[in-house]
Amino acid sequence: MGYFLETLLGGLMSGMLYALVALGFVLIFKASGVFNFAQGAMVLFAALAMARLAEWLPQWLGFQNAVLANVLAFIVAGAIMFAVAWLVERLVLRHLVNQEGATLLMATLGITYFLDGMGQTIFGSDIYKIDVGMPKDPVIVLESTFQGGILVNKEDLYAAVIAAALVALLTLFFQKTGTGRALRAVADDHQAAQSIGIPLNRIWVIVWCVAGVVALVAGVIWGSKLGVQFSLSTVALRALPVVILGGLTSVPGAIVGGLIIGVGEKLSEVYIGPMVGGGIEIWFAYMLALIVLLFRPQGLFGEKIIDRV
Amino acid sequence: MLYRENGQFKTSYRADLQIFPIVQDRWAILALVVAAFVLVPMVASDYMFRAILIPFLILSLAALGVNILVGYCGQISLGSGAFMAVGAYAAYNCLIRIDGIPMVAAILLGGVFATLVGIVFGIPSLRVRGLYLAVATLAAQFFCDWAFLRVKWFTNYTPSGSVSVSNLNLFGWRVETPAERYLFCLGFLVIFALLAKNLVRSAIGREWMAIRDMDVAAAVIGIRPMYAKLSAFAVSSFIVGVAGALWGFVYLGAWEPAAFSVDRSFQLLFMVIIGGLGSIMGSFFGAAFIVVLPIFLNQALPAVGDLVGVPISTAGISHAEFIIFGALIVWFLIVEPHGLARLWAVGKQKLRLWPFPH
Repeated sequence: MGYFLETLLGGLMSGMLYALVALGFVLIFKASGVFNFAQGAMVLFAALAMARLAEWLPQWLGFQNAVLANVLAFIVAGAIMFAVAWLVERLVLRHLVNQEGATLLMATLGITYFLDGMGQTIFGSDIYKIDVGMPKDPVIVLESTFQGGILVNKEDLYAAVIAAALVALLTLFFQKTGTGRALRAVADDHQAAQSIGIPLNRIWVIVWCVAGVVALVAGVIWGSKLGVQFSLSTVALRALPVVILGGLTSVPGAIVGGLIIGVGEKLSEVYIGPMVGGGIEIWFAYMLALIVLLFRPQGLFGEKIIDRV
Repeated sequence: MLYRENGQFKTSYRADLQIFPIVQDRWAILALVVAAFVLVPMVASDYMFRAILIPFLILSLAALGVNILVGYCGQISLGSGAFMAVGAYAAYNCLIRIDGIPMVAAILLGGVFATLVGIVFGIPSLRVRGLYLAVATLAAQFFCDWAFLRVKWFTNYTPSGSVSVSNLNLFGWRVETPAERYLFCLGFLVIFALLAKNLVRSAIGREWMAIRDMDVAAAVIGIRPMYAKLSAFAVSSFIVGVAGALWGFVYLGAWEPAAFSVDRSFQLLFMVIIGGLGSIMGSFFGAAFIVVLPIFLNQALPAVGDLVGVPISTAGISHAEFIIFGALIVWFLIVEPHGLARLWAVGKQKLRLWPFPH
């Protein structure tokens, strides 16, 4: 039982991280109707920037304080993500207003490649580590209930708290602010939003900035857990089924979808994996998403606006 | 003037419906095919065959298949690499499990199995489209990656997980030297390109295009979406599967699942975008571009780097490749969504009047 709970908990934690990346997808889709394949590349780019700046800034400015270095690096990396967002809007999206979803998807594929190459050219392509001082030691909880208790990584707990806070903040932003309302209007209909005076270009910049910050947070958490390297960009491919499962337009859906897939992956790997040769983590999430697509194309929480043919 | 059409009158429907209705086109294509079969094997070096020509031919074939699905039928697919893998592994299994099966039959059977898998993973396209379908096809990709890595039966229980095919043999003709391999692939490519060209001009091709342009309207005028979409998936994955079998048998010789990873799928999609969505010609342009660009960058970038005094490493070149690919895709989507094929058509249009302005 203790082992089962430990697996479950591990799944929930990794699910939280999937959810964080999926959140980036959902934000951009919700606010601009663009399915942003580049989210994974943005996570990698942001994490690379953060890792390298934390290393470079103390050298350039000549100070030693690790906390200051991290804070500065986070701010500068955030600024870089803002710049990326602005450039993407300026150079790509502005020219593709009112194009089909598939065209926009392919454009973000192009952005993915560009960011992958650019990030590694600027920041290098080795494995870097981000050390933001999150405690790494595991704690054992519920020792009285189960024999041996359950092993919980403190780092995971912090990550979960940060992710939850981010989600709460974003929900407030979307629901309660005027900008949030404008974002939702743009997602519904570019032209209609534009015609009532919502500045489409500014909205797009804002939403990509927000997605950039989410990517940065996700990148920092992933990076401090597993190190920053190229494989981080494949996180996007792991998070894709999460959005399909949860629904493309739903922030809570991204969270729940992430948790379901995180738990499902871990449990299936442990309990079904040995029967079929292991490694089913690779496709489990996709098969789950595929089944959901067949029976409920809008996902668990999505709005029912999908085109039926 | 060079490309003059006036004076070429078509007096029968047959003449009007030819694949290449313009005399110059007919002769140019004929000359091109003859040159490809006769001239190229005489002048090309072994390096040219191995590094450029053979991959170009096979990837053109694959791009042709992807173009039918993505360009003509509008069903975006990120799982083409998987269909190539199915083609390759199925052909391999046919070859070793069926006694005395001819090479060509094995390759075509590989295509047949890819068709079956393609139809299965095409089923979601009946309910969803666009982005959702992209994810569904990615499922095919990851599932196949896993299956060929983990299910030992597919690789005939080789300990290393990689399979190899040697002694290519076509009815007694041993396909061994690079030039022979090239001709072998060229034969496949010419036949399939001709078939594809005819297919997209026929009723079924028009159905695909109708579905792509507006599926609701297409359904209203009596096109069955299910039949059109699944047939596009079937034809496309058959061609892609054959290309995969050729890629494994002729180009690689020995391969492992990584040869058909998700990167291959993206690469094929890029070929189609850069070459031209919905154009047979474009598939060739796209494949040529994607095969030649890395080689060109490998040669050119270090030279440029030396010129300005900045040494460029191998990693730098591969990063530059990423950047250039990414930028090009975005650029093509914005400036010329019909790709290189459109530029080619514009060039031909200009030649109609050249050298007179009007």
